Amino acid sequence: MKGETDMKINNTVKINGIDVEIGDEKNLLELIRKAGIEIPTFCYHSELSVYGACRLCIVEVDGKGIMASCSTAPEPGMVIHTDTKEIREFRKINVELLLANHDRECPTCPKSSHCALQDLGRRLGVEKVRFKENPKSVEIDMSSPSLTRDPNKCVLCGDCVRVCKEVQGIGAIDFANRGSKSCVAPAFNDNLANVECVNCGQCAAVCPTGAIIPRQDAEKVWDAIYDKDKIVVAQIAPAVRVALGEYFGIEPGANVAGKLVKAMKIMGFDLVFDTSFTADMTIFEEATEFIDRFKKADKLPLITSCCPAWVKFAEIYFPELLHNISTCKSPQQMFGSVAKKVLPAQTGIKRENIVVVSVMPCTAKKFEATLPKFKTDGIPDVDHVITTVEIGRMINSMGIKFNDLEPEAFDMPMGFATGGGVIFGATGGVMEAALRYAVEKVEGKKLKNVDFKAVRGMEKIKEAEIDVAGTKINVAVVNGLVAAREVATQIAQGKSKYHFVEVMACPGGCIAGGGQPGMADLKVRQMRAQGLYQSDKNMQLQKSQDNYLVEECYKENFEGCPGSHAAHHALHTHYKNRSQIFDAKVPVIRGTEKNSVPIIVTICANREDCPGHNLLARVVKYVKDNGWENKVNIDAAFSSRQGPDAPICVTVGDEVLDSCVFRNPMNTEEEIRNRCEFESVRKAMDACLKT
Amino acid sequence: MKTDIIKLQERAGQYKDAAAKTTKRIILCAGTGCVANGSLKIRDRLLEILEKSSVKACLELTADNCDGTVHISKSGCQGFCQRGPLVRIEPDGILYTNVKPEDAEEIVSETITGGKVIERLLYKDPVNGKIYRGDDEMPFYARQKRLVLKNCTIDPECINEYIYKDGYKAAAKACLEMTPQQICAEIEKSGLRGRGGGGFPTGLKWKLTLASENAKKYIICNGDEGDPGAFMDRSVMEGNPHSLIEGMMIAARAVAADEGYVYVRAEYPLAVERMRRAVKDAENAGFLGENLFGSSFNFKIVVMEGAGAFVCGEETALIASIEGKRGMPMPKPPFPAQKGLWGKPTVINNVETLATIPVIIREGAENYRKTGTEKSPGTKTFALTGHVANTGLIEVPFGTTLREIVNNIGGGVTDEKGNVTDEYFKSVQIGGPSGGCLTPEMLDMPLDFDSLKSVGAMVGSGGLVVMNNKTCMVSVARFFMQFTQNESCGKCVPCREGTKQMLAMLDDIMEGRADENTLILLEKTAKAVRIGSLCGLGKTAPNPVLSTLKYFREEYEAHVFKKRCPTGQCKALAIPEILADKCKGCMACAKKCPVGAISGAKKEAHKIDPDKCIKCGVCKTICRFDAVTGI
Amino acid sequence: MLNSKQGFLFNSVLRHRERRTSMDQTISKTARMIKHLEAVNRILKKNNFDKARLIPILQAVQEEYKFLSKDIISYVATSLGIPPARVYGVATFYAHFTLEPKGKYLIRLCDGTACHVKASIPILEALRKRLGVTQENPTTGDMLFTVETVSCLGACGLAPVLVINDEVHGQVTPEHALELLEKIIEKEKNAVADELTKEVAQ
Repeated sequence: MKGETDMKINNTVKINGIDVEIGDEKNLLELIRKAGIEIPTFCYHSELSVYGACRLCIVEVDGKGIMASCSTAPEPGMVIHTDTKEIREFRKINVELLLANHDRECPTCPKSSHCALQDLGRRLGVEKVRFKENPKSVEIDMSSPSLTRDPNKCVLCGDCVRVCKEVQGIGAIDFANRGSKSCVAPAFNDNLANVECVNCGQCAAVCPTGAIIPRQDAEKVWDAIYDKDKIVVAQIAPAVRVALGEYFGIEPGANVAGKLVKAMKIMGFDLVFDTSFTADMTIFEEATEFIDRFKKADKLPLITSCCPAWVKFAEIYFPELLHNISTCKSPQQMFGSVAKKVLPAQTGIKRENIVVVSVMPCTAKKFEATLPKFKTDGIPDVDHVITTVEIGRMINSMGIKFNDLEPEAFDMPMGFATGGGVIFGATGGVMEAALRYAVEKVEGKKLKNVDFKAVRGMEKIKEAEIDVAGTKINVAVVNGLVAAREVATQIAQGKSKYHFVEVMACPGGCIAGGGQPGMADLKVRQMRAQGLYQSDKNMQLQKSQDNYLVEECYKENFEGCPGSHAAHHALHTHYKNRSQIFDAKVPVIRGTEKNSVPIIVTICANREDCPGHNLLARVVKYVKDNGWENKVNIDAAFSSRQGPDAPICVTVGDEVLDSCVFRNPMNTEEEIRNRCEFESVRKAMDACLKT
Repeated sequence: MKTDIIKLQERAGQYKDAAAKTTKRIILCAGTGCVANGSLKIRDRLLEILEKSSVKACLELTADNCDGTVHISKSGCQGFCQRGPLVRIEPDGILYTNVKPEDAEEIVSETITGGKVIERLLYKDPVNGKIYRGDDEMPFYARQKRLVLKNCTIDPECINEYIYKDGYKAAAKACLEMTPQQICAEIEKSGLRGRGGGGFPTGLKWKLTLASENAKKYIICNGDEGDPGAFMDRSVMEGNPHSLIEGMMIAARAVAADEGYVYVRAEYPLAVERMRRAVKDAENAGFLGENLFGSSFNFKIVVMEGAGAFVCGEETALIASIEGKRGMPMPKPPFPAQKGLWGKPTVINNVETLATIPVIIREGAENYRKTGTEKSPGTKTFALTGHVANTGLIEVPFGTTLREIVNNIGGGVTDEKGNVTDEYFKSVQIGGPSGGCLTPEMLDMPLDFDSLKSVGAMVGSGGLVVMNNKTCMVSVARFFMQFTQNESCGKCVPCREGTKQMLAMLDDIMEGRADENTLILLEKTAKAVRIGSLCGLGKTAPNPVLSTLKYFREEYEAHVFKKRCPTGQCKALAIPEILADKCKGCMACAKKCPVGAISGAKKEAHKIDPDKCIKCGVCKTICRFDAVTGI
Repeated sequence: MLNSKQGFLFNSVLRHRERRTSMDQTISKTARMIKHLEAVNRILKKNNFDKARLIPILQAVQEEYKFLSKDIISYVATSLGIPPARVYGVATFYAHFTLEPKGKYLIRLCDGTACHVKASIPILEALRKRLGVTQENPTTGDMLFTVETVSCLGACGLAPVLVINDEVHGQVTPEHALELLEKIIEKEKNAVADELTKEVAQ
């Protein structure tokens, strides 16, 4: 037939009677969406492998029957019907089947009105679930400070599993069991906090329902606001301002910082500052650190530390690289540290009554704020972390009409920032800001061209060679943890040419964090990043070193310069070897008391003469001699990691002693050395257990 | 090249000579069924007795140890499972059935030494009383056409016997005389269709795989026969493993693959063992490895065990399993012929399909087409089970009628006591949990792929379960639905949730909680699961329900509207009653009733109180007068 | 009576001995655990630490240890470089793998079509009642018996079929099944009695 031949030559298909040209779409689903039909799906995601489980995207193709559009490649001449009577009936039944198994307490669900299942039910006009209700009643996992898992709301689309494995290369959660008992869970159905999850929140970013969401902390913030004795001090991360607008229908990339400050003041926040201020401060510290290391050719490459998901990832998988990571705290934590140090004098309020709240695009920041090392005198430097979506909800809950607000400026001095601090939110931003500082400092003259475009963009790994006063510096910018693993492996093997590496765990940087609104696809991410670079251009100052209020802060509090003793004390941190998390643990002593101190000694499982046995035995003896059996949980952790001289890891409470090279006593000298190594373990035990 | 063919001839000759030196051969069926019934104990007993006598026994035929001996060998499943253990005596052509270890002595003295037949051990037809000496005339065997199962009596652990029976000739021909294109064409010409259930033309599948451009390709033999009630593939793997190896070699040559996998269910440990042994023997003989038959063709086989998942019988799930993952299917397209194991073009064929390949190459496609029907040439193995006199493994040409199978080969439908009686035939379930029901009206329908599809059933893997009229069809549908529900992988929504809801609805129907909406919803859900599921398991899961709804709707309606189970099988709906005209008032039931639900004076008709009755059935069992009904 | 110096020496020797014994105890305990893992190491080596061979590896490990415990699964996962959640997912997908120890006698009743049609369920109920086990808790408290159903062992000609460990029994009735059970219980009782008599004799 002539019509058909025309189509074949023209490279088109017919969709619901309309001719559509095939472009570079990989599958029918994308082609149909291009044609303007929003065909439904839960499990299809353009950046993940095709899964084909939800079956919502099925279409009828003449001559071929019913096919899933997500997994079928377009062929010229296909005649496609997206909505036949049969398919419509089917989709309704599909949704009813899911609803029969779902926790239907929608009004109380934080995902309500942003939930794909709810949307679909409404769209299809599902008015009754004809099936017997079969709710799962599985316990909700609230163990993680970053993410809450509710398997009762899971539709088993597998997006979270695939993002964790394919984009982040971790696989902390996966499918378990079979058939109707299938579920998505960490290994052994353990709590999320106990496994290798790095809290990046990408799973929450792709979850279509409320099965995995960032932990909801807004109530705690309201409590602080209403507490008459406390003042609430907020910091707002760069990436928040270019995405919050989307929650209110504004296009991605628009900088709504001004409106947000105003809204927060109305809500009752006492002071609203900008994380970009301490981002500038981070540059002061980190660029100085870099110049120092580069001159000494020591511990290179320097790797950034502002992304807590990356840091946890390194602590778990690459403990040997921990000394490469910058000792600088992240901007969030620097802010908490500085605010609680500086504000009591400035405001006259006692330190214990200052509540620091950070508004972040990120779920890992919630985890970071709870780390014991970031507490001073038992109080966290950053008290609460809420996400972009959470602040959006808080604004809505008060009824504030966000779009109508007049913008207000950040409070001073910690609301003053340069463009360098603002671009932290995009992948490459930290590197660019650091380069603006380092190049000027090393060359000794004012930097005219502040743009380092080579480090911008959404590619997973970007490299650049920067010429600084005749020397070449090799830098790399990495986003996404699969790419991070690749680069880290190279570095660990000594095969890396880089001097300075920036790592962001989320694809595209913080702008695509787990706490941001919507499901950011590549286009949205690019718009948000563009928003940040545009803001950078619009600001008076672009180089972090020009932030004179940061300089003043240094003069008043940190002996006047970055890297000083006082600066080091307040603005730097250390890291913890978390690699024991994978070792097979076998209990040796189980304490009966509630907060028994965990003690874990690694034993290498494929050598008979591993000195870990000896060390463990000494530890057990010491505990028994002191009568501490009821207060400790001692485990032997069997590791399959190789290396006869590999240091043995010993965890005592929260501390990890990872350089116990504890050889089997061969002569008195070694015996003495053993006793010394054991000394450090003994000291740690005494610290935890001696009352 | 020629030397390799000569090697084949040599081995065949070696075997023939060695066999000629023996006086007699005793073949003991050592398929899983007969082993369970003690066939190995019979063998041990025979060896004991022969040890003490003057006659020596030979277990493995080699050139120098078998002069004047009695060759005792094991075979794979010979198919007549109901009458096992089976013992054959050659060259006398005697088949002894239901043999026990105690009979060993008599067999040695009477038959082996004395040359006489023991009549009581011969097969006696239960209907006409005729006694059969060998299998050439008895209806069960005589009316079959055994192609794939032809060599079921050989010793599966003796590669030379396989060669003697024309083994590896077809592989040699394929390697030396045919091009890959020619092999594909021949198989296409033969019209062979996949025997695993799909019925896809094998030749076409091979052609598509050959056409896929890739240096690396794979052959996978799907031995994950999970259909409950099917054991055809098991018998081939246990009884004639070399036929599979040969089939795979030819397939590999046809598509230019160099590596193959045999995936066997873990529930078949004997099959795994025999396959592994056969692969090793073939490697040692030079039929697997490099430069086979002197050509440039290389091929090696790995035997893998499944781990207990029915869904792994589906091709993409099987591939996932071999890759070390959960056995969850992937959407098709892309098909394995383009992107299979490790993303490479892969041919996956069923055991029976592969075992047929050497036959076709050896005897030619035209010859093969002489059996069967136009669109479904060749034969099909079936596992005939259920309420039928002769249960076991059979092979018949496509086009054979149901009547032939059930009555003539199967010996007729039986009641619960095992007696043959014609009036009891209700249905035959064909195709396992993906299949449907055939009714008495279809007894004269010639069975093949298309005719079965037209009545809403399918050949499936070949399980045939005969059901007498005491079987509740709703319960049959529920049984299969529970199986499918249990085995569903859980990936796609329609199968995972839909089958669960369908099972719940069937339970409602069987337990008296259903109403007219249940039946409507059941049908709607069944249709949704059928069109929307990701893989064959889900797509065919509703078949038993849809099929029984179509042909036995009255039974469903009785359950729903009258809250009665016509066959009395559904306990929840049972209303036990004592027939007044049969009751003698002996009070035996009242005494035995655990809840005191029966009342009545001596010599007077008793009554059951339905509120107290727990339907345990003790009264029915104890009653000598058959007066209790409804249970 | 020891003088103070001798007493001191004596005590330090005693202490040294005590230290050695208590340390030895721990070391021997951890050494046992290492031995426990030896078989796993052997299996991993045999399979070339190949991730694709995860299923045969788990099968071999389960064959050795009778079930897959949490520490074994973690150990296999890290040795192969596979996330533990994935290995857990594979182990829980296939019916063959068990994460709980099973009884000494594994009784599997076939509930395939043919067996079902020939009344396998009454056998199941009889066995469960006699041993006091259920579907959710299929193992007896003394870890002697586990009762489970299997869908189709492929011995349909002999329906209904019962398998105890590796022994296949065909055409079984509830009475027959209980008989087999009683025989085993008797045998186990006698074995225990024999052990006790031996101990007493020693």
